[in-house]
Amino acid sequence: MTDATFSTVQPAPGQAAWRRFRRHRLALAGAATILILVLGSVLGPYLLPFDDTYIDIMKRFAPPLSGAHILGTDELGRDVMARLMMGARVSLSIGIVAMVMAMAVGIVVGAFAGFYGGVVGAVLMRLVDAVLCFPTIFLLIALAALTEPGLVTTTVLIAATAWMWVARVVEAQVRSLREREFAVAALAFGSSNLRIMFRELVPNAIAPIVVAATLNVAKAILLESYLSYLGYGIQPPAASLGNMLNNAQIYLTSAPWLAIAPGVAITLAVTSFNFLGDGLRDALDPRMNIP
Amino acid sequence: MARYVANRLAQAIMLLVIVSAIGFAILHLAPGGPLSQFAASAQMTQEDLDRVTRQLGLDRSLPIQYLDWFGRMLKGDWGKSYRDGEAVLKVISSHLGATLELMATATIIAVLLGCWIGVLGALRRYSLFDTLATVGAMIALSIPTFWFGLVTIYVFSVKLGWLPAGNRETVGDGSFLDLLHHLIAPALVLALVETAMWGRFMRSSMLEVINQDYIRTARAKGLPEWRILTVHCLRNALLPMITVAGLQFPTLLGGALVAETVFTWPGMGRLFLDSIGYRDYPVVMGILMFSAIMVLIGSLLADILYAVVDPRIRVG
Repeated sequence: MTDATFSTVQPAPGQAAWRRFRRHRLALAGAATILILVLGSVLGPYLLPFDDTYIDIMKRFAPPLSGAHILGTDELGRDVMARLMMGARVSLSIGIVAMVMAMAVGIVVGAFAGFYGGVVGAVLMRLVDAVLCFPTIFLLIALAALTEPGLVTTTVLIAATAWMWVARVVEAQVRSLREREFAVAALAFGSSNLRIMFRELVPNAIAPIVVAATLNVAKAILLESYLSYLGYGIQPPAASLGNMLNNAQIYLTSAPWLAIAPGVAITLAVTSFNFLGDGLRDALDPRMNIP
Repeated sequence: MARYVANRLAQAIMLLVIVSAIGFAILHLAPGGPLSQFAASAQMTQEDLDRVTRQLGLDRSLPIQYLDWFGRMLKGDWGKSYRDGEAVLKVISSHLGATLELMATATIIAVLLGCWIGVLGALRRYSLFDTLATVGAMIALSIPTFWFGLVTIYVFSVKLGWLPAGNRETVGDGSFLDLLHHLIAPALVLALVETAMWGRFMRSSMLEVINQDYIRTARAKGLPEWRILTVHCLRNALLPMITVAGLQFPTLLGGALVAETVFTWPGMGRLFLDSIGYRDYPVVMGILMFSAIMVLIGSLLADILYAVVDPRIRVG
């Protein structure tokens, strides 16, 4: 890649961006928290003597820090810490996989709409506008209620209600990059349209795409928690951060700790990804100004 | 101006057609399609099902069915609830008031508080207040609304006993004070995310205006600072907020659904979830379409209003 291809981003690539990112302390804290959450959810369950679905009815509603259960037990005597780790594993996986799916669809739709413009672009972007008319949660719950709930369905549905923002970002980028010299040069070389779109234009829009991807993970984790809390996402006995809160409201008076741990975990995960996205935006393209 | 409005209106109508097509597609995605409710009943024989299929016109081609469905929607015939046979639009409108009350209260809180935070943050950029506000806004945007609702209930209802844990009124009371008492918690919970949003947009809008040439001119003329702030800065910085209001509308509506669930608020969101529980598809579809149309009208109004107050838009 020549220097010209990088001219949308700041002239000094890599290092300057890394320096700007390092200055963003909240983004660093976010990245560190994400690392801890990932490690905790991947390794944690092996270190804990309890299984997340093991029911011990004699020990139900044990408060936190009482005996062996660090975060206490739930209404069926299951260890909250073990469920939290497994739940975080499920929620983070959904967040990341749904993001990848949403990015794939959004990038393809955005690239085609931005590159071809005209009728194709108008039709695709009006479709994006139309889907955005539905409040995300309404659309998500309606779709979830009509399909069989589960891990795969939940992930696909979250992606299906999140790709539109990516498409908008990519469309705007591709539309403006299309007129640039390197794109025109590629056309003069006889590159195919697909090649120009996905080898020249999209890679040059990588900064806003990475930012959108990071924020998309945050959004997906949040949506999973809404869906599972309402009972249309991950189904028990499997744990997710959202469905752990499903019963928490009933036991709010007697066992408030059931509501605290998963809620804090969700907030922590979502905040971290949001801060990370914010830091990446400042680092990769200081001129990008989306509040 | 008339041209701009006509243009925008045509766009909105096109969007409505696409939105309705998506709605129709979802309706047919339901297991068994619109027939599922009858098929579930044991007394229905195959002949009965065939008859119902013909009666509902489900044996016709999909495009014809869509046109028929869309036409009936335009006429205000949105079907009947499976639960009690009431017209869908009537069911929705009986729950709309509670939702609008919640949304309006939250918006008023969010606009006042958010704009104040945003303006102060922009004027004292990078100050302690600004940093705290920015970080706070990010956290507020990351907290799941329903969980914040649970925490609010735990602290203010369970522990302190200051606020009721849910519902719109105490049965048998329903005085203004009682209604207000019940409104506080859900409205504040809904307002949290909104305030963060308004604060962030207001801050960036204000920062943009502060650096404009006409502000420097105003300073150079020797105008008092408060006058520059209110007349020159604030007025211009508030204009783009009209667009923000339009953009925020879907989020606000979605947030209301979640807040209503936690606080058992008898609004449209609560109705939506109840209807899903009962597999009452006409009402579910009705609310889905109704909310999309509300969003559509909201953004249309925001765009037109923005063009009225900012002449630059009309030409562009």
